[in-house]
Amino acid sequence: MNSNSLKVILEKLEKREITSVEITKQYLDEIKKKDSQINAFITVNDKALNEAKLADDKRQRGDKGVLLGVPIALKDVYSTRGLKTTAGSRVLENYIPPYDATAVKKLKQAGAVILGKTNLDAWAHGSSGENSDFGVTHNPYDLKSTPGGSSSGSAAAVASGMAPVAAGTDTGGSIRLPASFCNVVGLKPTYGRVSRYGIIAMGSSFDSIGHITQDVFSSALVLSVTGEIDPNDGTTGKVAVTQYHKLLGKPINGVKLGIIKEFMKEGLDSEIKKNFGKACKTLEDLGCEIVEISLPHVDYATSTYYILVPAEVSSNLGRMDGVRFGNSRDHFSAEAKRRVMIGTYTLSSGYYDAYYNKALKVRRLIINDFNNAFKSVDAIIAPTSPTPPFKLGEKLNEPLSMYLSDIYVCPMNLAGVPALSVPMEPAHNLPCGIQFVGRQFDENTIFNIAHAYEQARGDINLKLKI
Amino acid sequence: MNNYQPVIGLEIHVELSTVSKMFCSCPADWFGKEPNTLTCPVCLGLPGALPVANRQAIEWVVKLGLAMRCGINMVSKFDRKHYFYPDLPKGFQISQYDVPFCHGGSYDLLDNKLEKLKTINIKRIHMEEDTGKLIHKNGKSYVDFNRCGVPLVEIVTEPDFENSTQVKQFLEELHTLVLYLNISDANMEEGSMRLEPNISIRKVQGSTLHVPSKKNITLNAVHGMWSDLPNYKVEVKNINSFKFAVQAIDYEIERQIEILKRGDIPPQETRGFDPNIHRTVSQRTKEEAHDYRYFPEPDIPPITLENSYVEGVKADLPELPQQKLRRYIKTYKLRYQDATILISDSKLFNFFEQVSGHLITGHKTEELKDENMYSMVANLIINKKISIDQPIDSFVAEAVKKLKPVETDEEELVRAIDWVINENANAVLNYKQGNINSIMFLVGQVMQKMKGKADAQLVRSKLEEALS
Repeated sequence: MNSNSLKVILEKLEKREITSVEITKQYLDEIKKKDSQINAFITVNDKALNEAKLADDKRQRGDKGVLLGVPIALKDVYSTRGLKTTAGSRVLENYIPPYDATAVKKLKQAGAVILGKTNLDAWAHGSSGENSDFGVTHNPYDLKSTPGGSSSGSAAAVASGMAPVAAGTDTGGSIRLPASFCNVVGLKPTYGRVSRYGIIAMGSSFDSIGHITQDVFSSALVLSVTGEIDPNDGTTGKVAVTQYHKLLGKPINGVKLGIIKEFMKEGLDSEIKKNFGKACKTLEDLGCEIVEISLPHVDYATSTYYILVPAEVSSNLGRMDGVRFGNSRDHFSAEAKRRVMIGTYTLSSGYYDAYYNKALKVRRLIINDFNNAFKSVDAIIAPTSPTPPFKLGEKLNEPLSMYLSDIYVCPMNLAGVPALSVPMEPAHNLPCGIQFVGRQFDENTIFNIAHAYEQARGDINLKLKI
Repeated sequence: MNNYQPVIGLEIHVELSTVSKMFCSCPADWFGKEPNTLTCPVCLGLPGALPVANRQAIEWVVKLGLAMRCGINMVSKFDRKHYFYPDLPKGFQISQYDVPFCHGGSYDLLDNKLEKLKTINIKRIHMEEDTGKLIHKNGKSYVDFNRCGVPLVEIVTEPDFENSTQVKQFLEELHTLVLYLNISDANMEEGSMRLEPNISIRKVQGSTLHVPSKKNITLNAVHGMWSDLPNYKVEVKNINSFKFAVQAIDYEIERQIEILKRGDIPPQETRGFDPNIHRTVSQRTKEEAHDYRYFPEPDIPPITLENSYVEGVKADLPELPQQKLRRYIKTYKLRYQDATILISDSKLFNFFEQVSGHLITGHKTEELKDENMYSMVANLIINKKISIDQPIDSFVAEAVKKLKPVETDEEELVRAIDWVINENANAVLNYKQGNINSIMFLVGQVMQKMKGKADAQLVRSKLEEALS
């Protein structure tokens, strides 16, 4: 098993084979060694070793926090009390939040040690990490390629062994795409499963607070910590959180999986298509029944997404006025300005009905599509990305083609359903992922299926380039 | 102004006196506090902070809506209203756009016989958050965010008022109503109640209305419907007293009629009231009007109210001012003016009700034997003839002494009258020459001679008899 799996790390900590200080130091050393080539971190927490020491003391005293002493990295949109939080933008390059996001609070309560804050497309706007104001992040499997975005630093950090877990956010695929591009596991939980309180908002009705890990077990374990019905976030669901990691390992024979018809056409890389077919075969061998389903309105997902999200973006970024904190608005870079302008336009009186309101209606149709599909299947599977990681710079000047990288991931954000991307066999010798999509608040089902697949799939034959 | 008819509507903001703010748990009692001490990430609009709606505030706006005979939207929502101002930290105000909590109410203005004078239609009552406050000092500007996020209700009337007198009556009664509902201190000086009248004028020709525009009935962009209302509207801001509201409205009516008389149409604009010159001055014209880019607040799910909940709020409504007014006039036979004064001050009416109760339970009613008894008690309270800063029973004892019919020794009265007439030849002469007021002086003299042990009415009639 991968030494970065939480199963391994926690076992070693529990058996006192290693201390939190030692393991934290190991990761900090990895960061020192590799991050000049990867650029996954914007800020490394200089108090990480102190926090690790405290965790060791707690363990000494018999404390049994679920993540006690486990180092984790956070995407730099997670508000961390006393630790700079930039959202990847020069506007907030000196912003130190006076409070912790709920998810951060939960992780700290469980005993996690904050390693640092990871790089991202500024304000989480992007699919490649190239929109970061703090330099691009490189894919550890091909330094000339993008790690995917916007949680680029989180995916690259976990992939290159600079952190066992890195939290991220997924508004239109921003966890799953980089997880797919970096050969790691990425979870976009149900909208409202993890509190958004304290996470710098992008598209408020889309933002899902998830994480990137080495394996499915670690992903399930972290969700059982961060999942919450938060009184500070009125949009968190009223469904109780379970110990997701303890429910893994159930047989999946008889489970019915749907393949989205609309995804299996032109635009999908032929090698990914072939590998996806092999993954389906693996699942069938495990006893799953695979059927074709249709999401009739899914072709409109990207257009709908790029009306609704910029509208919310234009509203959410209004507070970055340079009056009370941060730099003035001329520090916004091109992509943020583009989204603010699109959103301001579509919300303007006279255009609202033609754009925003219409997009809301299409969103409703897409939600219905998913609801209908889940009447006949237990989960939906799909490739996470239509292409393997593309080269840095390749799509930088083509925003539309960049937007289309999210074609398989953003429909789930419109519907608010959970989705988990897990590595499958590489294409063109580069990582690629398969995603498991479930009913709202039914993370258990997709964790269990993905876990079974992960076990059956075996090791992935890919080498880090650092 | 006989052929010009003012058309006046009101927007009234009332700050609710909930313990905590509208969307966070900071104390809402901001007035007079050290600047920026009642803040948190939510009301400061820090990145990542999220609003959670205050249940108490929602209950109170429903309460107000029911008291003003509004319909309640069983599913409601909040919206974001965008504009930039340094006292608005998020760049938008959380408000309600197309689905307010309350809609379509009405309020009756009554005359002194309790007959309906005019019905004011209430367009909507919605919930929003207050902004911070800018303080300009020594050439610098400061922002105090303590008031940010304090719950605010906005009451919007239809343009049903015809003059400033109706507006004044409505505002005073609304002020009382809000106090009865115990949802706000409605303190004008502290800005807990803010008024924004909108005024326009229509021309009345004979019995038909003439709109100062080319077409008589138009799709009215100002009022958003087909109507015969004028196609312009002047809003007045910065009014912090009822008196100023009256002054601003009267000034506007005069100003606009003058413009109309010249054959022009007053420009659609927002004007501010300057209390120093008692005038309104132009602030912003229509061309500069904001596009607020409203859209549903994604951080607060739609709010569904249960029928039983609304019924419960309704059942808990207290006796409302107009109900109390009717009861005082009907049951206690109070004069309209006295009843009006009593019902608008909780200290006065609470005391009055306790005294009345005491009179009945203490069997003082038989002793006083006067159908105007309550009226007289009301008078004692209102005119502060007896202090109400004392226990009820001592007040009652004093009142009974004052109001009890005095038994007069008639023989002694005759002697006293004779004595007074002899001693006050000048006053008697004055009276006989037609100075009626002199009689009161003589009555006083007789009362003094009788050491107060005489019924003043009787004294007067006996005196008049003796002088005739």
